[in-house]
Amino acid sequence: MSQPGLWETLRGIIWRDLLLAIRRRSDVAISVLFLVIVASLFPLGVGPEPAVLRTIAAGVLWVAALLACLLSLGRVFTADYLDGVLEQMLLIAQPLPVLVAGKVFAHWVVSGLPVVLLSPLLGLQFGLEGEALGMLVLSLLLGTPTLSMIGSIGAALVLGVRGSGLLVALLVLPLYVPVLIFGAGAVTSSMAGIGGEANLSLLGACLVLSVFFAPWATASALRIALE
Amino acid sequence: MLQTVSLSCRRGDRRLFSNVNVMVQPGTVLAVVGENGSGKTSFLRMLCNLLAPEEGAVLWHGVDIRRLKEQYCAQLTYIGHLNGIKDDLTATENLLLTAALTGDRPSDASVRDALEAVGLKHRIHHLPTRVLSQGQKRRVALARLWLSTHPLWLLDEPFTSLDQAATALVTERLRSHLQGGGLAVVVTHHEVALPSEMVQRLRLDG
Repeated sequence: MSQPGLWETLRGIIWRDLLLAIRRRSDVAISVLFLVIVASLFPLGVGPEPAVLRTIAAGVLWVAALLACLLSLGRVFTADYLDGVLEQMLLIAQPLPVLVAGKVFAHWVVSGLPVVLLSPLLGLQFGLEGEALGMLVLSLLLGTPTLSMIGSIGAALVLGVRGSGLLVALLVLPLYVPVLIFGAGAVTSSMAGIGGEANLSLLGACLVLSVFFAPWATASALRIALE
Repeated sequence: MLQTVSLSCRRGDRRLFSNVNVMVQPGTVLAVVGENGSGKTSFLRMLCNLLAPEEGAVLWHGVDIRRLKEQYCAQLTYIGHLNGIKDDLTATENLLLTAALTGDRPSDASVRDALEAVGLKHRIHHLPTRVLSQGQKRRVALARLWLSTHPLWLLDEPFTSLDQAATALVTERLRSHLQGGGLAVVVTHHEVALPSEMVQRLRLDG
């Protein structure tokens, strides 16, 4: 018997979650549809005035992306917890934080990446163009993995708790605020012609911090949930 | 060799067991019996390091499993009261993916053999497990035992949902594991039909 290497195990974790997402496409479609519907409702409510739409675009699209991510957080650990797969994951002979990072990466591919890919289309709907559109995509590319990382801590903390959907929102929404401010700020700054690089750097810093700390916090929360 | 030293467990304000000292030697199985709520599953989860004891320690070859961490995980196959299989994956996919993560690296043929060994016919291997009965799902979970190369097996109610034929198959697999020098701890309400020299019993009274 030889133990698989860390990368091999990580690949296995990610592949299993992606395969499950492919088998349950409706789950993936729900958060993407939610994003599209929320982003499409604002122009209907606010009116078709291009200047107004451009002004609110960054905030609306970022809040919609954030809520779509929040909506999908239940998928990260709940099913694994209920069917006993999570228990098995805790007994894999590899460091749990690394396995958690693999699961969160798979979650981002399924819920965050579609948001990034759809964002240029949604941006066009709000009259964004050129550099602002590029900045929206870049900010979401840096911000959505951070949302998944932070969200995983909340998802693990409320595992097995009744009414966990609402609770996870209360736990993670305050932590999402900096990401929202920097993400929307990057697009707004770009539209104002002062460049969004500073905000992008801050988003990058948030991502690095979350990649280093969130898997450890999540792993600890999972161990507590399974005790 | 697996050993517990003065193991105690408290859940909430209720003490489930205290001062449990057992030693499981290679070639033997520890059958943990007791009424519902007596702490059998908690005991097994302590042996996996999924639950911290209130007092005492679990030793693997004389070393505390909390110190061994992943090294200890590499030695065990755990099948809990939940099957640990995904309803949207087929039986074959479930076994291949789980085994790959635990280091068993089976071939497609050995997975097929394992599923046939637990009495699942070939046409079932490629169906999503959500369409299987409870007993068939349990068989898929237990098919991991045919792929396991780990010396220590920790099994929580392995015979639940199984018919007589499947129970006999699992018991036979357990026997061959023990004869190969492995050891096991089984939480069960059923009698483990193995020779008495292979079976040690621990009764928890809650």
